[in-house]
Amino acid sequence: MSLSILKNSLKKGKVTIKLDFVRSALPPEIEELGQELKKTIHTKFGRSFHIREVDTGSCGACESEIIACSNPLYDIQRFGIDFVASPRHADALLVTGPVSKNMELALKKTYEAMPEPKFVITCGHCALDGGIFKDSYYVVGAVKEILPVILHIPGCPPSPLTIIRALLGFLRQS
Amino acid sequence: MNHSDYVGNILGSEKINIIDLSEIYQDELYVIVDSTDFVKACHLLHKRLDSSVMMFFAEDLRQESQIFALYCVFLNVQSHTWLFVRQNIAQDKLKFDSLAKDIYSASLFEREIREMFGLEPVGNPDMRRLKLHDEVWPKEYYPLRKDFTGPKEDSFKGASYVFKRVEGEGIFEVPVGPVHAGIIGSGHFRFSAAGEPIINLEIRLGWTHRGIEKVLEGKDTNDALRIFECISGDTAFGYSMAFCQAIEKILGLNIPVRSQLLRILCLELERLYNHANDMGGIALDVGFSFPAQFASLIKEAILQLNEGLCGSRYLKGVNTVGGVKQDIDRVKSGLIMGALAKVKKDFIALEEMLFSSISFMDRVDATGVLRLRTARDLGIMGLAGRASGIALDMRKVFPGIYNNFSFKMAKEHTGDVAARLKIRCSEVKESLNIIQHCLEKLDACSPELKMTGEEKGGFALGCVEAWRGPVLVWVRLNTKGKIERCKIVDPSFHNWDGLSFAVLGNIIPDFPLCNKSFDLSYSGNDL
Repeated sequence: MSLSILKNSLKKGKVTIKLDFVRSALPPEIEELGQELKKTIHTKFGRSFHIREVDTGSCGACESEIIACSNPLYDIQRFGIDFVASPRHADALLVTGPVSKNMELALKKTYEAMPEPKFVITCGHCALDGGIFKDSYYVVGAVKEILPVILHIPGCPPSPLTIIRALLGFLRQS
Repeated sequence: MNHSDYVGNILGSEKINIIDLSEIYQDELYVIVDSTDFVKACHLLHKRLDSSVMMFFAEDLRQESQIFALYCVFLNVQSHTWLFVRQNIAQDKLKFDSLAKDIYSASLFEREIREMFGLEPVGNPDMRRLKLHDEVWPKEYYPLRKDFTGPKEDSFKGASYVFKRVEGEGIFEVPVGPVHAGIIGSGHFRFSAAGEPIINLEIRLGWTHRGIEKVLEGKDTNDALRIFECISGDTAFGYSMAFCQAIEKILGLNIPVRSQLLRILCLELERLYNHANDMGGIALDVGFSFPAQFASLIKEAILQLNEGLCGSRYLKGVNTVGGVKQDIDRVKSGLIMGALAKVKKDFIALEEMLFSSISFMDRVDATGVLRLRTARDLGIMGLAGRASGIALDMRKVFPGIYNNFSFKMAKEHTGDVAARLKIRCSEVKESLNIIQHCLEKLDACSPELKMTGEEKGGFALGCVEAWRGPVLVWVRLNTKGKIERCKIVDPSFHNWDGLSFAVLGNIIPDFPLCNKSFDLSYSGNDL
């Protein structure tokens, strides 16, 4: 068993840098982006920037792309950005989906549980204004009407690269 | 004997009065019976056809004919037909006899009908609401009625939901969610445990309810298609395909062979990336991180391939009513061949890693067992059903273009996490073969992609075996081509109950593993 892992590990090598695993290699800017991001995080947030994700009615595609940010190819963690299990450990709240009535309280409580300083970031069209579900009887409305949102990442869903790029832009300003 | 006679005979044998029996399409049979006979008729068909309740839904027809219509849908595998048993409920009666006492798989549907239409399933032991949570939604506001207007904001104070409770010495409850530790949908799990083993698990869902069925009403098919792609992000293609099938049936369109091939090609790509995701997820949930990361790269490779083919990593915007929008030419076909050759090698390596690890197999073997008997009673669908021994795959029942491909239906009988993993491994291999043969056939196929038809009203069911199981979409269009009523059933709606039975006797730390092996959709269930 361990042999097969070793074999595959050696065969694959370090995908994050080689980038030949996928058909179209990532644009070179991802490395630069990441290095720049790392510096910003280092100076402003003391080495790391931790994000807690909350789904308030998303279809799951945004989640899938956020998870992809941590795969060995994009490996957002190497730049000091990480997704954490508890709002208590988080610097930012990443919200996906239109806000369903059922999730409104959970969203507020998650935000309240975070230590200061804290930021709210929305991800995907639905979270911006309810998207295609905005006229529904069960959608409360945009996340920004409930919490102070500082950044929106557009897309349906935004690709991992879009997410990484948007986070960089935000960290550069803040 | 044709289908209608067969069904007529079954019902006639118990002297059930048939008001109307019509074969609307070759594979859809509608039978209307008296309200007094409805339970008996459903019970009889449930037994004789050996089918669980596939769908059970209501429709508000008070404007046209002063009634609510209730449809209970069974599947006749032998004759490849859907059987819709309908009863009409007078608009002032507002109740019907519950099926749930005899047919468990009807239970959740009845609760849904009750909260959405205000029709009381008399005799259903569980009347709690599923999607409209008591805390935020007052009673007596039924969203799917045609005359629904939203509740008044200030009058409602909020009520509370009562969980099932296990009591006794040393028994404790562990509530989890709706916000979880991982990056995942929202759901609440309440475990009752004594020491390590789980004695009861109650799953409360509905957190991501967006009122999709109501939002769809009044939409034309193009707008609706965009919504269908956002019902469950990981099944975006499966949903859009099921919806298109339903509409094409209504309009009487036989879509070009090339489009049919392209559709199953995309459907199999969707199956591949999701199976890769889950195989990795199962490894991750036992802390076996190398194969988990390895699998995430396989998934990423397929998502990037998808983007290269149609500009969307989740295959959105491919389907359209009457065919597909995007062709796959020889260049793209080459891309697929190249990418999938690598993917195939990686899948084999992944499988070897997982199945040759004794400690991994020890964790998945005999964990989260869902027995055949339980699975049948609950009406478990798709992948999870096949792992427990229910040999049902809609690609075999309603093959369509799949007729041209020989593939083996995966089936296991142990019903544990390992079985669900093995099903995925075997389906991956079949999918890769199907895609390859599909590309060969595309070469010799005429370039026509799309058909258009006259606008027409009517109703029909679309059914697609997506990666998780059958996605069912029933649509009624009015003569202007707008949606009057749409009922969507995700396999997750049946299968969440299966999870709560599969975990019994397992330890709470194994719950994530069991959960991932089912990998059910929150948003597809909640709608």
